[in-house]
Amino acid sequence: MNVPSNLKYADTDEWILVEGKVATIGISDYAQSQLSDIVYVEFKVEVGENIKKNSACVTLESVKAAADVNSPLSGKVVGVNEDLPQSMEMINSDPYKAWMVKIELTSPTELDNLMNAASYQTYCTERSH
Amino acid sequence: MTESTIYEISSPGRMGFRYPKPDVPVSALPEAFVREDLPLPELSELDVIRHFTNISKNNYSIDGGFYPLGSCTMKYNPKINEEAARLPGFAFTHPLQPIETVQGNLTLMYQLQEWLKEISGFKAISLQPSAGAQGEMVGVMIIRAYHKERGDHSRTRILIPDSAHGTNPASSAMSGFEVVNVPTDSQGDVDVTTLRAVCNEQVAGLMLTNPNTLGLFDKNVLEVIEIVHQAGGLVYGDGANLNALLGITRPGDLGIDVMHFNLHKTFSTPHGGGGPGSGPVGVADQLADFLPGPIVAIVEEETDNVPPLYGYYNPPKSIGRVKAFFGQFGMMVRAYTYISMHGPDGLRKIAEYAVLNANYLLSQLRSTYHVPYDRICMHEFVVEGNWEDAPEVHALDIAKRLMDYKFHPPTNYFPLIVHEALMIEPTETESLQTMDAFADALIKIAEEAHSTPALLKEAPHFTPVGRLDEVKAARDLVLCCSIPD
Amino acid sequence: MFIPHSRAEKETMLKAIGVNSLEDLFQDVPEPFRFPKLDLPPALTEMEAIAELQDISKANKTTHDMACFLGAGAYNHYIPAAVDSLLRRGEFYTAYTPYQPEISQGTLQAIFEYQSLIANLTGMEACNASHYDGATATAEAGILAYHYFRRKRSRIIVSPSVHPHYRQTLVTYLCGYQNLSILEAQSAENPIGEPRSLLSLLDADTALVIVQYPDFFGRIYDYTALIKAAHEFGALVAVVCNPLALGLLKAPGEYGADIVVGEGQSLGIPLSFGGPYLGLFATRKDLIRKVAGRLVGETVDAQGRRGYVLTLTAREQHIRREKATSNICTNQGLMALASAIYLSLVGKQGLRQVAELCYHKAHYASQKIAGIPGYKVYSEQSFFHEFVISCPTSIEEITSHLLDHGILGGYDLGNDYPALKNHMLIAVTEMNTCEEIDLLCDVLQEVSYD
Repeated sequence: MNVPSNLKYADTDEWILVEGKVATIGISDYAQSQLSDIVYVEFKVEVGENIKKNSACVTLESVKAAADVNSPLSGKVVGVNEDLPQSMEMINSDPYKAWMVKIELTSPTELDNLMNAASYQTYCTERSH
Repeated sequence: MTESTIYEISSPGRMGFRYPKPDVPVSALPEAFVREDLPLPELSELDVIRHFTNISKNNYSIDGGFYPLGSCTMKYNPKINEEAARLPGFAFTHPLQPIETVQGNLTLMYQLQEWLKEISGFKAISLQPSAGAQGEMVGVMIIRAYHKERGDHSRTRILIPDSAHGTNPASSAMSGFEVVNVPTDSQGDVDVTTLRAVCNEQVAGLMLTNPNTLGLFDKNVLEVIEIVHQAGGLVYGDGANLNALLGITRPGDLGIDVMHFNLHKTFSTPHGGGGPGSGPVGVADQLADFLPGPIVAIVEEETDNVPPLYGYYNPPKSIGRVKAFFGQFGMMVRAYTYISMHGPDGLRKIAEYAVLNANYLLSQLRSTYHVPYDRICMHEFVVEGNWEDAPEVHALDIAKRLMDYKFHPPTNYFPLIVHEALMIEPTETESLQTMDAFADALIKIAEEAHSTPALLKEAPHFTPVGRLDEVKAARDLVLCCSIPD
Repeated sequence: MFIPHSRAEKETMLKAIGVNSLEDLFQDVPEPFRFPKLDLPPALTEMEAIAELQDISKANKTTHDMACFLGAGAYNHYIPAAVDSLLRRGEFYTAYTPYQPEISQGTLQAIFEYQSLIANLTGMEACNASHYDGATATAEAGILAYHYFRRKRSRIIVSPSVHPHYRQTLVTYLCGYQNLSILEAQSAENPIGEPRSLLSLLDADTALVIVQYPDFFGRIYDYTALIKAAHEFGALVAVVCNPLALGLLKAPGEYGADIVVGEGQSLGIPLSFGGPYLGLFATRKDLIRKVAGRLVGETVDAQGRRGYVLTLTAREQHIRREKATSNICTNQGLMALASAIYLSLVGKQGLRQVAELCYHKAHYASQKIAGIPGYKVYSEQSFFHEFVISCPTSIEEITSHLLDHGILGGYDLGNDYPALKNHMLIAVTEMNTCEEIDLLCDVLQEVSYD
């Protein structure tokens, strides 16, 4: 299971790339393997919208499940990956390249609640047993 | 062999059916509205008969084999039901005819309402809902209307056990409620302690399936109902599993306030490849005014020699119509026929043998498959389709391999609270021989799972198509026939 | 009785389970409520049951006994013999929902073909596997629009010339939705409004406009302008259609409809006192993921063989549970099959033929009635096979008189539209002969003299 060290992780299986005040969000390798092949991506937010921590920003569907991707941080949506619905296989094959939304943070202290790669790795290992 | 589609068989100029020429003078057509192109196929009657006959041979059906689908009650569909529904006196009546001209239909509907009341212990019935899910929505809407009428606007939540069928939370959400899950305890019953803790003035009601989707009769059912009632809530009963209760107990007597019936499960009306079903709703006295109408009632009492006149009644605080006309009348005729041919003793025998069959099958399988809640079951039971020492084999693989043994698989992956669930419901119309053959097949498959798992992973081998690429189906999304040039 | 077990078999099974009697299996049922005595008549044998049902059915008058001019959402059409012959195959009607596609290709292919036929007939790009009936399909269109706009638009506009039962069903279904109101365009002078009157109600808060084609009163309108105006506000438009009329008339897709719903009963399904019927639901391709109900898609197996599966199932209740936009599970599978068989049989030419027969016979009837003193026919607008007449006396009286002559009269519009007392909705189909129509006119004339 792939867990890049330069990223932060939420316990709801999103990865977060923090660059200054902007956070880019996607789902982890563990998450994509639980969902299996993604067949549909739907954005629940638009650029310019404000989003609260733990609210849904994307809905993913696979053949056997539907899951909401929650934003682990609050802020203003400054980007959505418009190309993703056409290339959704990337979420399974390259989950860390398949970014979903970019958020300009309004409460940077929320970053303290996120895990680093090592903690997330342990968290996932514990869950599988 | 792949069957062609009707568009692929189509040949220009063919007609499968001809209408007579007009016997009236023709009028000018409204040219602005006439369509230029009608993309329908052109087939002869033989083309159509052959095509649909041949594709039907690719179907598994109750007439062809055993269908141990938990919660579906795939019992035999009596042929006499089909004769009854097709009687011209029933089939050729228009729903809006004056009541004097349809007293036969109204008598049948009234009688069915009365019989369902007697069977279930409820005080009023609406036959209008078209299917179980619609019946559930109606039930939840009635609960909402009841609280609203009392001026109680704080009740925004519905409690639903985590073993419930997906239609339960979906119906609640459609009616504007928030869903709160109630866990199942280690015995397979609703967790009474948690229930007590979450029951407060915000709870509109509880949706209870009893027997539940584990096939178990809740040992604490009276207490569960009492807890909800004490908190001011109502109890909705999901009647999908009524087959185990006919003549055994009546949900209305236990204190359930509102319940839907599935005529296409308990009362033998055929499943049709996905409907039509029928989901009448029964209620306790205090909810009768909220039922969807129109309902059939006596509008003129009988006198010596003159039978009563039946007509329509709209309950004064009705939640409103849930479909056009009266409901799935054709299915009502079938259910009526079925009940009339069983009588009280016959109905009780259905439940007794449905439960006997399930417990027998359980006794034959428990040493090979893990049974998470191992106690006397009702009409169905759940096993786990998975072994620690054969970890690559999942319930799905067992299901697919059963097809090679000429059985329809049991319900898969439901209820959600059991890992790799296989929910098995034989029904009362299956014989000892059939069940022994099914048990044998499952035991053989368990052996194969340990010795040659590939046989399961690549199953089915003997069906018209193998496992289908569902990812491709969802991604490429082809929902219509392509039309050859 | 359909239980096969002998007493010996029962004993074998009880022993294997480890109990002494059947009663032992029900110990979890609270004792005071166990084994109630049901007050039901004793069991009848098959012979007795069918005899009783025949008696009950004979207490009805049918469209075989009477000349039928009653429509209003359910129509007396001829059903070719081949339809029922195929529907009675046990492989079709005793099959379950096709969740296991490898052994359900019969049902899946039939539904796939049904989807194709209805999409082509309505001029849309996709169609689902059915809803319960036209009314519930209309309600689901409302729900689709509500979710499409993510609950940010709060108005649904319905034309009053949509079937009254459909409007009522829509209201019932949508009561649980926050911040959603249904507006029925009403006009005191013209209670049976025209599409123009809906234009002024459109705004940026409109989620959906619902119109009917032909409308409840039988009239045909070109909805292009209304649909264009609705689209300018970003609203969706749903057209409730009569699919048989589409054998002759332009498809709603051609006018730009986003959603087409309707009642499929006229496509090979018997009147059967109102059910089971068939809810049609077709849309543009980009709305497909918001559609409720089952969808059959084409795919291949590992050997490249073409096959069909239920697809986009993650929308449905068994996966989404409380997040599903609809709770529908069982639909009207066998009726969808019936309509697919019917459309395959009549085909391109046959559907046009039957639609034209309905049209010509209805116009013959309307022209004759227009000549009867005391009656007025509303025919300013083009109509298909139903039209409104105003009558010199109450519809109850006319209906009674007609029944005395073996005629089932049209629908009393006063039931649903208070301003239309003494107005009757007359439907004429291919089943009405010239003689029947002439008799209808003779009897109507008779009544006007009383």
